[in-house]
Amino acid sequence: MSTQLNIPPMKRAQLVLGNKTLKEITDDICAPVESFPSKGWMALFVSAKTLFLFYILTIAMVVATGMGLLGVNHPVGWGTMIITFVFWVGIGHAGTLISAILFLFRQKWRTSVARSAEAMTVFAVMTAGIFPLIHTGRPWLDFWLFPYPNQRGPLWVNFRSPLLWDVFAISTYATVSTVFWFVGMIPDLATLKDRAQNKIRRTIYGALSLGWRGTAKNWSHYEMVYLILAGLSTPLVISVHTIVSFDFAVSNLPGWHTTIFPPYFVAGAIFSGFAMVITLMTLMRMGWPKFKDYITIDHMEVMNKIIMMTGLMVGYAYGSEFLIAWYSGNIYEQYVFFVSRAFGPYAWSYWIMICCNVVIPQLFWFKKLRRSIPVMFVVSIFVNIGMWFERFVITVTSLHRDFLPSNWGQYAWSMYDTAILVGSFGMFFTIFLLYLRVFPAISIAEIKPVMNVGKDNDSDNHSGSGSDNHNQGGH
Amino acid sequence: MAQKIVTSGIAGIFLDEDKVIAAAYKVRESGFVKFDAITPYPVHGMEEACGIKRSLIPYVTFAAAGFGLLAGLGLVYYTAAIDWPINIGGKPMFSLPAFIPIMFELTILFAALCTVGALFYMCKMPRIDPPVIDKDLTCHKFAIFIPENDIGYNQDRIEKLFKELGAAEVKKVAEY
Repeated sequence: MSTQLNIPPMKRAQLVLGNKTLKEITDDICAPVESFPSKGWMALFVSAKTLFLFYILTIAMVVATGMGLLGVNHPVGWGTMIITFVFWVGIGHAGTLISAILFLFRQKWRTSVARSAEAMTVFAVMTAGIFPLIHTGRPWLDFWLFPYPNQRGPLWVNFRSPLLWDVFAISTYATVSTVFWFVGMIPDLATLKDRAQNKIRRTIYGALSLGWRGTAKNWSHYEMVYLILAGLSTPLVISVHTIVSFDFAVSNLPGWHTTIFPPYFVAGAIFSGFAMVITLMTLMRMGWPKFKDYITIDHMEVMNKIIMMTGLMVGYAYGSEFLIAWYSGNIYEQYVFFVSRAFGPYAWSYWIMICCNVVIPQLFWFKKLRRSIPVMFVVSIFVNIGMWFERFVITVTSLHRDFLPSNWGQYAWSMYDTAILVGSFGMFFTIFLLYLRVFPAISIAEIKPVMNVGKDNDSDNHSGSGSDNHNQGGH
Repeated sequence: MAQKIVTSGIAGIFLDEDKVIAAAYKVRESGFVKFDAITPYPVHGMEEACGIKRSLIPYVTFAAAGFGLLAGLGLVYYTAAIDWPINIGGKPMFSLPAFIPIMFELTILFAALCTVGALFYMCKMPRIDPPVIDKDLTCHKFAIFIPENDIGYNQDRIEKLFKELGAAEVKKVAEY
C-alpha cells in the first residue's frame, strides 16, 4: 500500500471520569456501604421486601395446597413455573458474560459493571432455582434429584434426561458463579475491613476477606485464578442455557423440537440479562450520583449496542423457525408456526414478544436514543417483558395444541400464577438492594488499574497501557 | 511459593505505582530475596520487578478438571450401566452422548472449586486477623517489606535505600 491514510489515532473513551485519585475511587465506591441508607433506597427496599413476603406467602400456599392452585393442567403441563424459571436463568447469563467472556476479550469497560452484573447473576439464579423445585409438586422430596445412594434399590436418577442435566447445570452454575463473584470481591472486602471504623464492622469484613493481604505473590496467584475462573465460566454459561434449551428441544413436540434452540436461547439470555443490567445500573446511577463517573454513559451505550445485536439475533431465530417449519414439510411443525403460534388463540403473546424483542430495540440504531437514560430504561423494561413472553410463547403455545385436536386446550392462568411471577421480583430486588449496601458495587481493585485508560497524555506511564494500545486497533 | 512466617522487618511506603515498581527492581538488585510488595491492586509489571515465577495453579486446575471428568464418567457409568441398569427408551445402558452434559458440568465444577482451593492454599487463606503494615495499603498506598531474616538485612542500609527510592515513609514493622 503506497498511500498512507492520515487518520488521527482513535481516542479511547475515558473509563473513569473526573480525574480521580486512588483514594477518591476507594471513598466513592465504599460510600454506599458506609453511609446511612437514603430515602430512595429505603422506599425501594420496603416495597421489594413487602413483595418478597407476599411471595413467600404465595409459595407457602402453593406448596401446602398443591400445584392445582396454578394453571398447569392437561395439556399445558408446564406453565408459569417453567416460564419464569427460564426467564430468571436467562437474566443470570449477562453477569457471567460481562465478568468472564468480556474479561477474556480484554474489554476494559466491563470492569465498572462486572461486580454488580455478577451479583445480579447469582441472585437471578437463586430466584430461578426455586421454580423447578416447586414445580416438582412435592418440593420436600427435591433431594431425590441428586444421585445419592438410597434405600430404594438404590434407584438412581435418569442421566439420560435433559431435566437431570439441568439439575447439574444449574447447580454447577450457581456454585461457580457465586465462587467467581466472591473471589473477585476478596480484595475489596479487605479494603472495607481496613477502612472500618468500629470493631463489629472490622470483624465481619475481616472474616469475609479471609485474611487477604495483597502481596505481589498473592496478586500473582489471584490474577491467574481470576483468568482461569473466567475461562471456566465461559463454556459453563453457554452450556447452562444450552441445557435449559434441551429441556425443550430434546422432546418431540412441534415448536420445541428445534435444533436452533441452544444458540437462540443463549442469545436470548444475554439479551434479557443485559436489559436487566441496564435497568439496575440506571437505578444505581440515580441512587448514587457518584457512580456516574464509573458507570458512564459510554458504558451504558456499549451495553445498549449488545442489546440491539442480541435482539437482532433473537429476531433472526424467530424468523428461521418459520423457514425451517416450512422447509421440513411436516404438517405439525407448519401448523404450530404458521397457524397456532402467530395467529392462534395466543397470537397476542406472540406479537407482544415480537414488538418488545425485535421492534423496540431498533431504537438503539440512533446514537441519541442509545445514550439517553430514560429511553434505555424504558427499552430495557420492554425487553424484559418481551423475553418473559418469549418463554411463555415457547412453552404454552407449543403445548396447547399438539398432534391431536382432541388433545387441545388452553392454559388456565390463575391468580396464583400472577402472584408467583410478580413475587419473584420481590425476592430478586430485596437481595439485590441488600447487596448494594453490604458489598462494594464496583470492583475497587479492578477499576484502579484501568482508571487512566483514555486520559490525555497518559498512555504510557501506567499499568495496563500496553494492552490499551492493542485494543485501539479493535475499536 | 510458601510465604514467610510472621516476622519483623522494615517496610517502605510509597505513594506512586511507578516508584514502587522501580523500588522493587532496586531492592531485588540489592540482593534481597524474601521481600514482598504490598499493593491495593494488581500492579502491572510487579511480577517481573519482584522476580515472581508464573503461578502453578493452572496445573491444579488441569488435574482437577481431569479428575472431575473421570468422576462424572464413573458416576454415570456405575449408576446407569452397572448398579441398576434400566432400559430407557431402548437406549444402550452406557449411552455416552447423553452423559456428556453431566461429565462436562462436573469437570467445570471440580476445576473451579479446586482452583479456588489452590488459591487459598497458596495465599495462606483463610487467615484470622493478619498483621497490617498500614491500613491504606488496600486503598492508595504501596509498600515494600523486607523481613529481618533476609540476606544482608541491615536496618540503616535498608532505611537509606528506601529513602533514596522515594519512599514517603519508612516503617519498622514488629510483625508481618
